[in-house]
Amino acid sequence: MKLFKTILTASTFLGAAAAVHATELEVTHWWTSGGEAAAVAEFAKAFDATGNKWVDGAIAGGGGTARPVMISRITGGDPMAATQFNHGRQAEELVEAGLMRDLTEVAEKEGWKDIIRPASLLESCTLDGKVYCVPVNIHSQQWLWLSNKAFEDAGVPVPTNWEEFAAAAPALEEAGKIPLAMGQQPWQTTLAFQVLLVALAGPDAYTKIFGEQDAELAASPEITKVFEAADQARSMSADSDVQDWNQATNLVITGEAGGQIMGDWAQGEFQVAGQVAGEDYTCLPGLGVNEVIMTGGDAFYFPVIDDPEVSAAQDQLASVMLSPETQVAFNLKKGSLPVRSDVDLEAVNDCMRKGLDILDQGNIIQSPDQLMSADSLVQINDLFVQFFNDPNMSAEAAQNTFVQLIENAD
Amino acid sequence: MSASRRPNQLFRNLTAKIAAIPMILTASVVFVGGTAWTAIYSFTDSGLLPRGEFVGLKQYDRLWASNKWLISIENLFIYGVCTLVLSLVIGFVLAALLDQRIRFENTFRTIFLYPFALSFIVTGLVWQWLLNPQFGIQHVVRSMGWESFTFDPLYNPEIVIYGILIAGVWQGTGLVMCLMLAGLRGIDEDIWKAARIDGIPMWKTYLFIVIPMMRPVFITALVIIATGIVRVYDLVVAQTGGGPGIASEVPAKYVYDAMFLSQNLGQGFAASTMMLLAVIIVIVPWAYLEYGGKKRHV
Amino acid sequence: MSSTGAINIAGVSADASAEDLVGPRGARPRRALSRRNIMLYGTLFVIAVYYILPLYVMIVTSLKGMPEIRLGNIFAPPVEITFEPWVKAWSSACTGLNCEGLSRGFWNSVRITIPSIVLSIAIASVNGYALANWRFKGANLFFTILIVGAFIPYQVMLYPLVIILREMGLYGSLTGLVLVHAVFGMPILTLLFRNYFTSVPEELFKAARVDGAGFWGIYFKIMLPMSLPIFVVAMIIQVTGIWNDFLFGVVYTRPEYYPMTVQLNNIVNSVQGVKEYNVNMAATIITGLVPLIVYFASGKLFVRGIAAGAVKG
Repeated sequence: MKLFKTILTASTFLGAAAAVHATELEVTHWWTSGGEAAAVAEFAKAFDATGNKWVDGAIAGGGGTARPVMISRITGGDPMAATQFNHGRQAEELVEAGLMRDLTEVAEKEGWKDIIRPASLLESCTLDGKVYCVPVNIHSQQWLWLSNKAFEDAGVPVPTNWEEFAAAAPALEEAGKIPLAMGQQPWQTTLAFQVLLVALAGPDAYTKIFGEQDAELAASPEITKVFEAADQARSMSADSDVQDWNQATNLVITGEAGGQIMGDWAQGEFQVAGQVAGEDYTCLPGLGVNEVIMTGGDAFYFPVIDDPEVSAAQDQLASVMLSPETQVAFNLKKGSLPVRSDVDLEAVNDCMRKGLDILDQGNIIQSPDQLMSADSLVQINDLFVQFFNDPNMSAEAAQNTFVQLIENAD
Repeated sequence: MSASRRPNQLFRNLTAKIAAIPMILTASVVFVGGTAWTAIYSFTDSGLLPRGEFVGLKQYDRLWASNKWLISIENLFIYGVCTLVLSLVIGFVLAALLDQRIRFENTFRTIFLYPFALSFIVTGLVWQWLLNPQFGIQHVVRSMGWESFTFDPLYNPEIVIYGILIAGVWQGTGLVMCLMLAGLRGIDEDIWKAARIDGIPMWKTYLFIVIPMMRPVFITALVIIATGIVRVYDLVVAQTGGGPGIASEVPAKYVYDAMFLSQNLGQGFAASTMMLLAVIIVIVPWAYLEYGGKKRHV
Repeated sequence: MSSTGAINIAGVSADASAEDLVGPRGARPRRALSRRNIMLYGTLFVIAVYYILPLYVMIVTSLKGMPEIRLGNIFAPPVEITFEPWVKAWSSACTGLNCEGLSRGFWNSVRITIPSIVLSIAIASVNGYALANWRFKGANLFFTILIVGAFIPYQVMLYPLVIILREMGLYGSLTGLVLVHAVFGMPILTLLFRNYFTSVPEELFKAARVDGAGFWGIYFKIMLPMSLPIFVVAMIIQVTGIWNDFLFGVVYTRPEYYPMTVQLNNIVNSVQGVKEYNVNMAATIITGLVPLIVYFASGKLFVRGIAAGAVKG
C-alpha cells in the first residue's frame, strides 16, 4: 500500500448493486506468465470483493488461441462472461454482429471519457458512439535497449539515438559483438520494423500510412530512409541466431550484443538479471529519435449473455477493472502503465519514468491494430519478416511491395 | 469372403450395417457436411465469424497470388517426400531389427517410441536448442576442435525445412516402427521356417516375401504418415514460427494463420479447400483401385 | 562411445546365444554370431543415441536452475541438481490464478482420455471388422470419405463441429468432447483395423462361419484375441493423441473440464514474460509420463506369435 502516492478515496465500486448475489463470471485471458498472472490476481481479488466470483479461464498463446475459443463458445451458445481481446479493428466484427455487450451506461456513469488517457484508448473501444470494451493498461514497444558493457568493451560511448547506434556497429563488430540482437520469430521482426518506421519517419507519417492508407506517402523518400535503416538493422543483426526474444535480451544483458529493439516487457529480464537501468543498461524510447510510445495495450470485452444477473456482474467487473486501486495494483505487477491519469506510481524505475513522462506529454500514437484490419496487417508484417530474413531482397523492392500493400489495405 | 455371395446375406449384412452406423454418420454428417460447409464459406469474405457476402473466387485468386502460399506448398512437398521415405525405411528397419528376438526389446521399443508421447511444442523447442549454432550440436563439434563445422539448418532459409524434418522424423518414426512390428508379428512363423529351409537369405525373405505380405500394414503406415505431413503445423510453429522469414511456412499453418491471426476465415477455408482438393485428386483414384474393385488379398 | 557400448551388449548376447532361434545353432563358429550381434546391437545403439539425445537434454535442463541455463551449455550436466522445477511444474506453476501446476488438470485428462479411447477403439475396430470381413454395398464409399477426412486440418473442422454439437445439445460437455475425439480418431483407426483384419487368413473366418458363428461371435471369439498387437498400436495412437490434445480441450469444453495440456500450454507457451525452460521441460516430461507408461506396459502384449499361434491353434 505504501506504493501509492495518491489514491482517490472516492471508490468507484457500484456499492448498491453489489453483494446481493454472488454471480460467477468466467473470464478468459492469455496472461499466464508469472508477472502477468500476479496482475490478473489483482483483478480477481477486486472483483471477488464485490461479492461476485471470478472464474479464471487462462489460456496461453495470445489472440491466435483465444479467437477460436471465443468464436466457438459464442457460436456454441455458451460464451464466457468476459474475455481479453485486442481492441480496435480486430473486434469490430463481433461488435457489429451484436455479440458484445454495450457498456455505454457504465462508461457514462463513471465518466470514462474524462479519466482514461490517452483518449484514443477509449476511442478504440467505441463504435458508433457506444463503448464496448474496457482498456486496462498501456504497453509500449518503442524501446532500444543498450548494453553499456558492450559499448565499453568496444571503446565507443553509449549511443543516444539510432544513428549513433548504427554508426557504432562496425566498432562493436570489431570487438566481436553482435551489434543488434534479434530473435528469429516473425513478430519480433515486425515489431522492430514498426518501431523503426515510427521513430525515423515520425508519428504523423506513421498514422497517415497505417490509418489513412496513404500510399503516396509510403512511396516517399521519408519512408525510403526507413527501409534503408531496416536494411542496416538487417546486416547488424545478421549474426544473431537466437529464437526467443528473451534469448536476444540475454545477449544484451551479457554484453555479447550491443542492443535490442523490444517492448517494455524486456525490462523484466534486466531486472531478473540484477541489472540497473542507467548503470548496466540504457533505454532509448522511440530509438532516441522520436520519443513517442505506441498506446497498445489490452482490453476486455463482455459477450452478451441473456441473464440479468450476469449482466449486472459484467458491469461491476468493468467498473472494477478501471477503479484507481485496481489500476495501480494491476499495472505495477504487469509492468505496464495505467490508463488513468489520476493515479500515480512511485516505485517505477528510470525507464518506466521515461515512459510515463512521454505519456504525460501526450506523445502517443495508436497501435497498428487500432488503425488497420488484421488481414492487411498480417500481409504487411509478412513483408517485413521476409525482408528481414532475405538478404537478397533490396530495400527498394521491399518499399515497392509495401506501397502496393498499403494501397490495397483496408 | 464377400458376404454378398452368401445365401443369408441380407440378415447378416444388417448386423454389419447396424454396427457401421457410427462410421456412416461420421462420414456423411461430419466429414461431408463439414467439408461442404467449409467449401461454401470459402466463397465468402467471412472475417472473424462465418458469415459474409459471396465474393466468388476472390479468395482463391488471392491465395494463388500469395508468395507465402506458394512457399508453403513447396515446403510441404519437400518435407512430405522426405518424411514419407525416411519414416517408412527407418520404421521398417527398426521393426525388423527388433524382431530378431533381441534382448531388451521392450527397452529399445520404448526408446524409439517415446518421442511420440511428447507434445510438439516441446519437441520443437528441444530441437531448436539442439540445432542452435550457439549452444547446440554445432557448438559441441566446434569445441571438439573442428572449427569450420557448420550445422545451422534452422537459421538458413535454404535448408530450414530439413531442420524441421529432423525433428519430425525423430517424433514420428516410433509409431511407424510399432505398426511394422505389429505387422511382422502377424506373419506366420511357418513362412520364416520355410524360407530358412529353402536357404533364402534373410534380406531376400524380407524384401520379396514379408514386405509384400505386409502390404496392408504399409498402406496404413503410409496414410498415417501422409496425414501427419499434410497437417504438420505445431512442429513448425514451435521450431521456427515459419521463419527465417517465411522460409518454413506450411499449408496447415497458412490455414491457421488466415483463420485466427488474419481473422480472414474465407481465406483460410479457401486454402483448406485447396488442400482437400489435392488430397481427393490423389486419394480417390487410389481408393477406387484399392477398394473399389473386388477383394484383392490372398 | 556408442561402439564400446555395442560391444558390451553384444558380448552379453553372445552368451545368450541359445535363445537366439534365428541365428545358427550348434556347430557354427561363434564368431559369426558375434559379428551379427555386434552389427545388430551396434545399429540399435547408434540409433538409440539419436532418439535419446533430446530426452537427455530435457532431463538435464529440468534439473538445472535458471542461472545455470542462462550460461547456455545445454549438454552440460547440472552443477547443482535441483528438483524445484519438477515440483513447480506439478504443483505450483500458475495458469492465471490457479497456481496448482499440472496437477489441476490431471484428473480431467484422465476423465477425458479413458472414455475417448474406449469409445474410439470400440467403434473403429468394429468398423474395420465390418469393412474387412462383412463388406456391404456402399461401405467403401464411406470408408473413402473417412480416409479423405483424415487429411483435413483439424482447425478447419472446429466451427462445423461446434454447430453439430450445439444442435445435439452436447456443446461444452465432457460427452461432446469424447465424441469429438472418437470422430477424429475414427479414420486412422478404422484403416488400421480394416487393414489388419484383411490380412487375417480367410480360412479362419470361413471355419468359424461353418461353425455357425455370427458377426459378433466371430468378432469377440476370433478377431479380438488374435489382434492384440494392433490394439496396442491403436491404443498408442489414441493415448498420445487424446492425452496431448489441447485445441479440442479448450474449444469444446468449459474451464472446469480443461485437460492437463491447457496447463502445459500455459506453462510452456506463455507469449511474453520470462521463460522458465527448466519448468517447461519438467512439465513436458510429466505430461508425457502417462503415454510413456502405457507404451512400456503395453509392451507385453507385443509378444511374438500371438497371431501365428492362433492360426495354428
